[in-house]
Amino acid sequence: MSRVVVVGGGPAGMAAAEAAASRGVEVVLIDAAPKLGGQYHRQDGLSSEDRLAPSAAHADRRWTSPENVEHVPDASAWAVEAVDGGHRVHVRVGLADDPSREGRVFATRALVLATGAYDRALPFPGWDLPGVFTAGAAQALAKGQGVAVGDRVVVGGTGPFLLPVASSLVGVGARVVEVAEANAAVTGWLSRPTGAMAGWSKAGELARYAGVLARHGVPYRSRTAVLAAHGAESVESVTVARLDRDWSPVPGTERRVEADAVAVGFGFTPQLELALAARCRLEDGFVAVDAAQGTSVDGVFAAGELTGIGGADLAAAEGAVAGFAAAKRLGAVVEAPLRAMSRVRAGRRFARALAAAYPVRSGWQDWLRDDTVVCRCEEVAKRALYRAVDERDVGAAGPLKLVSGAGLGLCQGRICGRNAAELAGLDDPAAFAKRPIAVPLRLSELAEESRAEAPVDAEAAARPFGIDR
Amino acid sequence: MGRIESADVVVVGAGIIGAACAEALSAAGLRVLVLDRGAPAAATTASGEGNVLVSDKGPGPELDLAVASRRRWPDLIDSLREELGDELARVEWEPKGGLMVATEPEAVGPLAALTRAQRAAGIEAVDLDAAAARDMEPHLTERVEAAAHYPEDAQLQPVLAAMALLAAVRARGGEVRGGVEAHGVVYDPGGAVCGVRVDGDAIPCGAVVNACGPWAGHLSVAAGAPVEVLPRRGMVLVTAPLPPVVRRKVYAADYVAAVASGAVDLQVSPVVESTATGTVLIGSSRRRVGFDDALEVEVLQRLARSAIALFPVLSGVPVMRAYGGFRPYTPDHLPVIGEDPRTPGLWHATGHEGAGIGLAPATGRLLADLMCGREPELDAMPFRVDRPAVIVGSAVER
Repeated sequence: MSRVVVVGGGPAGMAAAEAAASRGVEVVLIDAAPKLGGQYHRQDGLSSEDRLAPSAAHADRRWTSPENVEHVPDASAWAVEAVDGGHRVHVRVGLADDPSREGRVFATRALVLATGAYDRALPFPGWDLPGVFTAGAAQALAKGQGVAVGDRVVVGGTGPFLLPVASSLVGVGARVVEVAEANAAVTGWLSRPTGAMAGWSKAGELARYAGVLARHGVPYRSRTAVLAAHGAESVESVTVARLDRDWSPVPGTERRVEADAVAVGFGFTPQLELALAARCRLEDGFVAVDAAQGTSVDGVFAAGELTGIGGADLAAAEGAVAGFAAAKRLGAVVEAPLRAMSRVRAGRRFARALAAAYPVRSGWQDWLRDDTVVCRCEEVAKRALYRAVDERDVGAAGPLKLVSGAGLGLCQGRICGRNAAELAGLDDPAAFAKRPIAVPLRLSELAEESRAEAPVDAEAAARPFGIDR
Repeated sequence: MGRIESADVVVVGAGIIGAACAEALSAAGLRVLVLDRGAPAAATTASGEGNVLVSDKGPGPELDLAVASRRRWPDLIDSLREELGDELARVEWEPKGGLMVATEPEAVGPLAALTRAQRAAGIEAVDLDAAAARDMEPHLTERVEAAAHYPEDAQLQPVLAAMALLAAVRARGGEVRGGVEAHGVVYDPGGAVCGVRVDGDAIPCGAVVNACGPWAGHLSVAAGAPVEVLPRRGMVLVTAPLPPVVRRKVYAADYVAAVASGAVDLQVSPVVESTATGTVLIGSSRRRVGFDDALEVEVLQRLARSAIALFPVLSGVPVMRAYGGFRPYTPDHLPVIGEDPRTPGLWHATGHEGAGIGLAPATGRLLADLMCGREPELDAMPFRVDRPAVIVGSAVER
């Protein structure tokens, strides 16, 4: 079909849709949320007003969907399938618990994947207690519903993302008792004149968050982590300790801190299901792309956190480049988007610096006791993973799952997969990421006949703009 | 444990068949090295349902192999438990029985004829009417016309099973080496096997067993002794854990025909069963698409439809995942087990299609009997390498 299909309505997907639409091409923008914006621009689900821009660079204007963009909200893309001349995206439209949600299929010669990333939590004793949240969930509740996850919250993990999370918690009235950064302090990194930050518009934003925390007297501690959460029914306190360079706790530095909630975020894991189903090549766990955001698969582009973690500005710039490239593939006249491409290059420099400054170090494995649960769905403890390797010589993700049970539950390893793989010594960060059915659906939904859909039109490229009007 | 520098036998392929051959050979006192280019039990073996069936075959050599294997599995598991302890020998063995269901009037006659022939071959096959079938499986479709109950059908967890067999090989002084690809076979001037070629090296050995499953054709070509083994793709759906809905392995009467078909096109025949964790597995599909592992939504749709046709109650159940794999297919649907007459010392053990888990122990034992010059308990002739459907060319270029 002669339209661009974009999956994901965060900064990258919105920018891709806008860019392709600006070249006169029809666009379908598929997003799982009721409103556009993704996690970065999480919107109040109850508000009737759309009030966002695809990136901070355009924060001063509202984003309205161009008329040649069909926005499909509440849409779960559950499969991508290669067909002659392009790809088919299989979608269920409606809320997940709605038995009457509708099946739709979108065929396209130009598919833009902008499915984003979810935040990574590392396990520690007590992390399965009520009151422990991922940093992203805590932020989403604060931004989306104005709800604080607790009265006294400890924020822990690594990377600049902890600052906006803590700041939004403060914003909804929580007392952030402490921010524990496992690597070096973000503030030091921000002020370092390395060039990594040059031209990066988010530096000022982060400084503002840091200012908010300082005003509220929130202690920010580097080389520090939450090692355990304690409580009978839910979190009552946490143990915090200093870490050495490899993240092994420094003996004697443990402190008990009273708290009723913990928000932890250790970087992000890209949401690779659809990219893997389309068989895009990965590099270091992210989708490999060329200068036009093209993946290794013809007609499939990727933008945003799928290609590397670099924040909303980089995502939006990549989205714009991908959108233009996708429109061009359909025959639209497109000049090279030099400004967006230069924003991508600057953003990537920043992303590389970010990845180097905020890695996850192997010492986290020492925080776990033998009986600490790693996979919550199937209640698989660290011990079971070690035994799978030591006793059964498990050497790949498939056997690891089947021997230990990790990753076989409802979340299909989204939460535990990377952690289980690291504990088992598998060095592929995407070992658990292959999920041909990208989101669960009911057997009856799967059984439904795909609604008839015109085949991918191979001739469309020959027509000017490739548009049917 | 030191690395083995040379072996009596190198088994190439650490799936269930390679593991069973290595186990039987090491039990016979041979020094065995198992190689796998990936990780043990990570390919076809990790993609199966763990079927140990006697119900899905008509009388003939494959049924004989299946019966011998079905008899062997519980004894083998007992002996592994004695040798390795409970935990390492844990394979989730479940002799839960199978139920073959005819939902169309025209399938009733053929099903009765099949069970009659199977009973004559010594299989326990109990004909049931619709009411008796629904007594056994209360959630079964009301459209059931007749059914057959096979108490001997069983299931185990194939990855655990392969790993238990490999653990026994190690315990007996053998070695399992993952991440090592066998690029070919080394022959002595007399034309007999004297080693296996691996990256920049050769491992001396007296015999090589090609247990590469769907990839056995590749190794056979590299070894200069091509055999016709092709990949046939299958997909399985997995539901979220449920309270017990399906008790046995339940499948449609057309399954036997789909298995026996050589069609290139998609064949879908419902096979529905619960696992120990409460998930329900939904198979089975067959399509010859080479080694193409691209997702085909049509296959998933047809699996879903056929499962709902057998168990309407599953309709609202969430599907958590789908997985697929390649089965080793031979044009005459019989495994290849034996020495290659063109290349003394090169053995093949492959071509079990979707039945490798069930057929593994008898395959390992047959191969070990033949290699050690013992009288096999089964007639090995039907599985020989030099049969017209399997052998590709007679001249061997090296």
